Amino acid sequence: MNLLTTETSDRHTNATPAIDVTALVKRYGDTLALDAFDLTVPYGTVCGLLGPNGAGKTTAVRILSTLLQPDSGRAKVAGLDVVTHPVQVRYRIGLTGQLPAVEDRLTGRENLELFARFYRFSRTAARNRAAELLERFDLVEAADRPPRDYSGGMRRRLDLAISFVMAPPVLFLDEPTTGMDPGHRQEVWNAMRALVAEGTTVVLTTHYLDEADQLADALTVVDHGRVIARGTPDDLKSAIGGDRVDVIVDEADIAYVSELLTRSTGTIPQVTPTARRVTVTANDRVGTLAQVARTLDDDGVAVHDVSLRRPTLDDVFAHFTRNIPDSRS
Amino acid sequence: MTTTHVWPTIPATATTRLRATLADSWLMTRRNLVYWIRSPEELFGSLVFPLITVLLFGYVFGNAIPVPGGGEYREFLMPGLFAMTMIFGLVITTGAVVTDTERGVTDRFRAMPISSSAVMIGRSTSDMVRAGADLLVLIGCGALVGWRSHGTVAATLGGLGLLLLLRLALIWVGIYLGLILRTAEGVSAISPLVLPFAMVSNAFVAPALMPSWLGTVAEFTPMSATVTATRELFGNPGLTGESWAAEHATLLAVLWPLVLILVFFPLAVGRYRRSR
Repeated sequence: MNLLTTETSDRHTNATPAIDVTALVKRYGDTLALDAFDLTVPYGTVCGLLGPNGAGKTTAVRILSTLLQPDSGRAKVAGLDVVTHPVQVRYRIGLTGQLPAVEDRLTGRENLELFARFYRFSRTAARNRAAELLERFDLVEAADRPPRDYSGGMRRRLDLAISFVMAPPVLFLDEPTTGMDPGHRQEVWNAMRALVAEGTTVVLTTHYLDEADQLADALTVVDHGRVIARGTPDDLKSAIGGDRVDVIVDEADIAYVSELLTRSTGTIPQVTPTARRVTVTANDRVGTLAQVARTLDDDGVAVHDVSLRRPTLDDVFAHFTRNIPDSRS
Repeated sequence: MTTTHVWPTIPATATTRLRATLADSWLMTRRNLVYWIRSPEELFGSLVFPLITVLLFGYVFGNAIPVPGGGEYREFLMPGLFAMTMIFGLVITTGAVVTDTERGVTDRFRAMPISSSAVMIGRSTSDMVRAGADLLVLIGCGALVGWRSHGTVAATLGGLGLLLLLRLALIWVGIYLGLILRTAEGVSAISPLVLPFAMVSNAFVAPALMPSWLGTVAEFTPMSATVTATRELFGNPGLTGESWAAEHATLLAVLWPLVLILVFFPLAVGRYRRSR
């Protein structure tokens, strides 16, 4: 590839982290969107930012991608301060926001060519780069159709391809698969894995624990603008325990069932009164499920549903904030 | 893994930066125009709207409204319709800005090394091209119903220039409103407010026929200034020379847009640079 100026990327020889954030504060009126937010992301890794809506994930990404000015604190991306050197930062980042920002009345190819031209590629170089990216993101067949006709997964892949025009060392992906069906999510994950394999540093915000689990090297859990937990996906999972068994009962029986299951499993279940739900941590998966079912059956209490499920982000929050899961959905 | 990557050179000197801004402005203009041309609905609207307005105003109202000072109503009418089209263009600009914001494209541009001036120059250039096309269609429709410019070529071009100047000013108002409103619902909510802006004027009804306070307001609006000035330049009827505003219409038709630009250009640029 020798299109414009070809330079050997210096990203891996750099000792400073790709992202270095200290005590970032952003306030909207009375709300603290970020409250002394810290983040360090080494080059070549994927950092998952997890948190409920309004936790401050998007605010953090917007500050890091130079869209928003922090009230105080310091943020460096690729070694450059986002407040004092926004333009240089913009040459080194890619951003895909919550909506795929593709041009609906241009074809997929024209989209890529247009954005390549904005990054100062010559006409020929832009054409070549577009062809390369179409290939890479598996969009060759759809290249000459407008994204209007694309599936959600294809639109997002085109969106990713656009943010990858410059092969930026740092990529921000803000909830890239929200609202997508599982097949399309898988497509987007594969495209993201290909970028990560190249050594791109990625900051990924998500609602989904499984997405973070699939892609991230390290997770940062954010709530009310503050970091409430950090660690690898495995760390977090072992901290919150294994799968969950949900038991749905009559409202009048919630306390009784909770007590019954405490005695039977030896752990205190989580109670969500609004959903009439009693949740038991199922370290032993099917074993726990069987035990819960047996206990309930022996007792004869009326049960509407018993189910085994993977832990969700709500469970992570419940664990780290000690709030009941339903209080923040 | 050592990868070699394409790194376009970052413009470092004032000259390369200026060249980059110009190149980006051109790309942005072209992108906006492609958007317009590839939208059959918008193209259809651009052609049909002027035709409908000329026929409606010319033949439905035409016989009911007396022309101040006498003369053919459709001759009196056309400068008003020209200016009204320029004013309604505000909604086109605002709508385009909001569409980009809603679709996340504005954020993408802002996170890219495209200068804010290129985004705005692109918007205003493409919208001016559109305004030119709108005027041409309207001139064609006007010619069909008997309107003519009786002024010299220079005067006629001057009149068209004043109309486009008004549109240019409203582009900056439109960009600013678009950046503030952020949603299509917001645009639908404010677009009816464009009507009084066009109607409280001497375009269709003589201000003397309105309640006196409203008539006075109507005399001084940017719309009235441009309409009166273009009527003079086109040699069309409807001159009401008694008020100060009417006597200095050409001056006002230049001043009003300049004032609007002076106010809204910095507001729009500032808003774009640090939007939420």
